[in-house]
Amino acid sequence: MKSYFSELFRGAWSLILGLKVTIKAMFSPIVTCQYPREKLEITPNYRGHIDLVKFADTGTHKCISCGSCMRECPSDCIVVEGEKREGVKGKVCVVFNLDFTKCSLCGACVEVCPTKTLDYSNDYELAGYERANFHFDLLKRVEERE
Amino acid sequence: MSMDIEVLEDSSHHRYVLNMGPQHPSTHGVLRVLLELEGEYAMHLLPVLGYGHRCHEKIAEFKPAKSFMPNTARMDYLGALIYNHGFAQLLEKAVGIEVPERAEYIRVITSELNRIQSHLLWYGAYLLDLGAFTPIMYAFDDREHILDILEDVTGSRLTYCYFRVGGVSKDIDEKFVTKTRAFIDRLRSRYSLYETLVNGNVILENRLNDVGDLNPHTCNRYGITGPLLRGTGVAYDIRRAEPYSIYSQFDFEIPTATKGDCMASFMVRFRELEQSLRIIEQALDGLPEGPVMAAKVPKKLNIPAGDYNSSVESPRGELSFYLVSDGTDVPYRLKVRTPSYSNLSVVPEMCQGMLISDVVSAMGALDLVIPEIDR
Repeated sequence: MKSYFSELFRGAWSLILGLKVTIKAMFSPIVTCQYPREKLEITPNYRGHIDLVKFADTGTHKCISCGSCMRECPSDCIVVEGEKREGVKGKVCVVFNLDFTKCSLCGACVEVCPTKTLDYSNDYELAGYERANFHFDLLKRVEERE
Repeated sequence: MSMDIEVLEDSSHHRYVLNMGPQHPSTHGVLRVLLELEGEYAMHLLPVLGYGHRCHEKIAEFKPAKSFMPNTARMDYLGALIYNHGFAQLLEKAVGIEVPERAEYIRVITSELNRIQSHLLWYGAYLLDLGAFTPIMYAFDDREHILDILEDVTGSRLTYCYFRVGGVSKDIDEKFVTKTRAFIDRLRSRYSLYETLVNGNVILENRLNDVGDLNPHTCNRYGITGPLLRGTGVAYDIRRAEPYSIYSQFDFEIPTATKGDCMASFMVRFRELEQSLRIIEQALDGLPEGPVMAAKVPKKLNIPAGDYNSSVESPRGELSFYLVSDGTDVPYRLKVRTPSYSNLSVVPEMCQGMLISDVVSAMGALDLVIPEIDR
């Protein structure tokens, strides 16, 4: 009988101690970020989908359509095509498509790029109604970017 | 599977079969458990796998070995870096690449952060299964700090692909070190909070004590490793039993308990948080300068013919990669021994005759990650 009451008391006391913790937390500063009304700043090192870098000196990307990224990609989600043009040294990139539905963000393409023209974007708010929303034309994106 | 249900149904008139999962909150993913019940007692259990099977091992046979790195992170989404570690180590062993010392230190620091993150999520989710909603909020608050630290260096928050054959993809900076040190102090100051709020709680004690008893012999038969095995009193941890990377240089304990019930593995995991912090602290103190990638990593990684194995300690137990090569850069066969698969196999024996609510306690203590079971 005695042990029954001491157990009961011990149990009740453990619950009261727990409540003390939660009540204390009620008066501590709020840590929740009310997304999307407020947004946290994400790190510049964040790995979003890849994008072509716009270099300040040339005003465009430096893709030489060597196809290294295409070969290195474990998921085959990059398509690069280039063509020879008269008066231009090397190949000119005419197609650079990324199928982001298949990308696993490993970063192999960015690391292998010889001209450092590939980089991660900081896009994290990606949502769409169909798969085609995630098929990016990177050449178009680099032209539209300021 | 329909035949199994018929057999179960025929075995007794009073008994009935209930499906737990594949979309049950306490199975943490797509695990289905067939329960044969008598009243509220589970007389027979049958885990049904395969809902999340993605043929990872088969995929490995079709592309160059180093391209498999992102897949390893998808197997165990809570211990992605540790899976990275195991696989990178396997290829380094096979090809004979020396990893720079700084890279090894970074690997250990980030792996241990990953382990703490996994334990904190388990801690919150397990208590959620048991009906306590509050602790997950505290655990996630702490876990968020780790995710921020790791996001800054790896670029992702969950399925990291950070390790490379021969090192890591990005060096850590002063900011990383300061933030990690701040996190160590923060988590240490939170122990007393967790202890009063959760560990001393009478309801938790009653739900976990003497539930899901295991003993070293049963663990041996089923190949159970990790905190469950340590909860039965066997101090087996790959980091100590078969030290890989630079773990032999650090001073840390292997927490064990003796009872082998859910409370034992619960306390083992909780105490492992502190040991991981100790390893991180020592690694940060001794962090050497230097490169983070080996100087000569061939572009095409031809693996000499033969078979190779590498084991690491994942938050759930022993993880092994076993690779058979025929001399090309594409593996002939890659076998992944994941801890959760073996740990799950004990469920039919361990949970026999339990109340349904105790089945939830016992299965939660296994810390199952379903994509790792199915791969």
